[in-house]
Amino acid sequence: MSKPVIATASLAGCFGCHMSFLDIDERILDLIELVEFDKSPIDDIKKFSRPVDIGLIEGGCCNAENVEVLRYFRENCKILVSVGECAVMGGLPAMRNTIPLKECLEEAYLNSPTVAPEDRLIPADEDIPILLDRVYPCHEIVKIDYFLPGCPPSADLIWEALTALIQGRPLRLEYELVKYD
Amino acid sequence: MNYKKILQKYRKDRTRLIEILKEIQATEGYIPEKGILSVADELGLSRAEVEGVISFYHFLSARPLGKYVIYLNNSITAEMAGREKVARAWEQEAGCSFGQTSADGLFTLLETSCIGMNDQEPAALINRVVFTRLNPEKVSQLAGWMREGRAVEDMVEETGDGANNHQLVRAMVRNNIRKTGPVVFGDYSAGQAIRKALETTPEGIIDEVKKANLLGRGGAGFPTGLKWEFCRKEKGEQRFVICNADEGEPGTFKDRVILTERPEMVFEGMAIAGYAVGARLGILYLRHEYSYLRRYLEHVLQKMREQGWLGQNIAGRGFAFDIEIKMGAGAYVCGEESALIESAEGKRGEPRDRPPFPVQKGYLNLPSTVNNVETLATATQIIVHGANWFRSMGTPVSTGTKLLSVSGDCQKPGIYEVEYGLTIKELLEMVGAEDTLAVQVGGPSGNCISEAGFGRKICFSDLPTGGSIIIFNRSRDLFAVVRNFLDFFIEESCGWCVPCRAGNVLLKKKFEKIASGLGTVQDLKEIEAWGKIIKSTSRCGLGQTSPNPVLTTLSNFREVYESRVSKEADFIPEFDLNRAVAEACAITGRKFQEEQEHA
Repeated sequence: MSKPVIATASLAGCFGCHMSFLDIDERILDLIELVEFDKSPIDDIKKFSRPVDIGLIEGGCCNAENVEVLRYFRENCKILVSVGECAVMGGLPAMRNTIPLKECLEEAYLNSPTVAPEDRLIPADEDIPILLDRVYPCHEIVKIDYFLPGCPPSADLIWEALTALIQGRPLRLEYELVKYD
Repeated sequence: MNYKKILQKYRKDRTRLIEILKEIQATEGYIPEKGILSVADELGLSRAEVEGVISFYHFLSARPLGKYVIYLNNSITAEMAGREKVARAWEQEAGCSFGQTSADGLFTLLETSCIGMNDQEPAALINRVVFTRLNPEKVSQLAGWMREGRAVEDMVEETGDGANNHQLVRAMVRNNIRKTGPVVFGDYSAGQAIRKALETTPEGIIDEVKKANLLGRGGAGFPTGLKWEFCRKEKGEQRFVICNADEGEPGTFKDRVILTERPEMVFEGMAIAGYAVGARLGILYLRHEYSYLRRYLEHVLQKMREQGWLGQNIAGRGFAFDIEIKMGAGAYVCGEESALIESAEGKRGEPRDRPPFPVQKGYLNLPSTVNNVETLATATQIIVHGANWFRSMGTPVSTGTKLLSVSGDCQKPGIYEVEYGLTIKELLEMVGAEDTLAVQVGGPSGNCISEAGFGRKICFSDLPTGGSIIIFNRSRDLFAVVRNFLDFFIEESCGWCVPCRAGNVLLKKKFEKIASGLGTVQDLKEIEAWGKIIKSTSRCGLGQTSPNPVLTTLSNFREVYESRVSKEADFIPEFDLNRAVAEACAITGRKFQEEQEHA
């Protein structure tokens, strides 16, 4: 039997959840015995090469590219998991949601004291992904099957959830794994 | 502005904070920063505490308001009676939208939750004066008078029936008493009950009320005799009787009519309760919306003192009891007894953790019994006529009569005193309702009943109600009803419990998703699951009942929801990429083209 295939992505996140994932330390050796990686920043594969069993999404959606990547994952992954606060709720980037987009851009690129007068310009280059009106959690865009809370979710939590999914057993979430204070 | 003078008038009493702030607002039109600082300084409070109280109450404002503040009620029956046209008329007259003050400072337009006039909508408070049955023509007339500078009181042309016509009330409010019964609207002569009560022992009173099986008329149905007994047995230097006249459940207006037509019966009930529990002071906590009754009620209290039914030596038997009126300032949650006590102490009306219950630690942390207006009036009649008489009415458990406030689609909206055990079908016939789609029993926090449930009975074991009955006929859109009720709870949540503060907003969003045709079977399941979470994790009755508009319609009118959700799709997003990028495109001048294939 072939090994389950995993893919990961970081959308509007800080890569902290990926770093936390790497915090599984030596268990990474067990992991490569258990699974194969497809599209992921971990192996730098850019495009899906085959159907994927489990997709792990870090970050919510703040721009059109995030939405496209997320939809691309949904099309190619049997199970899609929102990993961490930003994917689940929008997280820190969603702090801009209470402020109109125009004000955010003006504050950042026109009025901020650190902007040199000659640099006052709202970027509009066509290579930059277009921003959304607000930051969306992933489940408002596509169907999400599971949610792993935390900022970031601990390595143990990610490990436990991932191995439970792979082995098809119920998730055992010890209190310490989902306690954040 | 001399704030010190106002503060001195209230003896720098912290429990009078709301009244102090109201007086400042009455004089200056709002509560300016200087006032906040002065009050905080003199009362030894922080600025944040004072601001916290102001921001909590709907009728207190730290920002300047117009000379005439129009608080247009937004309850569902107002919508049904043409509120939208009235609102647009006000906006046209004022030249500003709701939530704003006109440029000339003459008008401020604000929305407000049910003001207890459901049977005479659309209604509004203008400053503190009630205006009922508004229409665009009336609005234009009122606005004209406002431009001439007429006093709001002088805009009331025709006064209502009964004591609404009293010179101290002079309100256009109508009682609309459609059916009187033997208890609240039965034979009554003031003073009889308290005289009789003082001939027996306090324990004897409690026993009689217990024997009558009087259950709280506010809706929760706690046995009144037991409450009094708990309060009496609790150790305390002092005890209090509090009459809860903060009826804020949309669709309820029976306490307004009782206080208009039977105030002595209520006050006498408070004195009897005072005798039973061992209290010397009673507080009538009157909702701000009923401010127009205050002078009249003060007058009734004074008359009762002169007649010896209140005061130092009641009925010449050495029992001392007096009543003072404390005003609310606009907050539905203050109908919850512990929130009401906080508010009566001059604080934000946030519910307390219980236990300890108010009978243990209530007003000023002393044992207090908080009873509904109707409960106290009923107790008075029980003392006069006896428990056996009372038990001969209603059902074995739900004894006696209940006042119903009926509004919505029927020929005869108003007040009905009926025996418990009445079926919804009988009620609908009585009020002249035809082609009825749904009956909301107990207001938004209660139950929305479909035809299948019209055989059900109004009583504590089947359909309990504080008195609110709203009828919807088949021309009505049930989703508009649910939407109105959900907005109400979002507005009125005190914000303490996250499930209530945030959960109701999420519930509403999910509801709108379904309403807009983007719902799935999964969304219906989530609405039910979330509703249960909100109910089970909120600490007061508001949060515990706030999902009921959705949950009870979902259970009694499931087909209405199912017809709007997709049976096939397991996920439909509300998200629309083109819509979501439109703003950024407008700002940057870029054009967005969704990529067909991922690069």
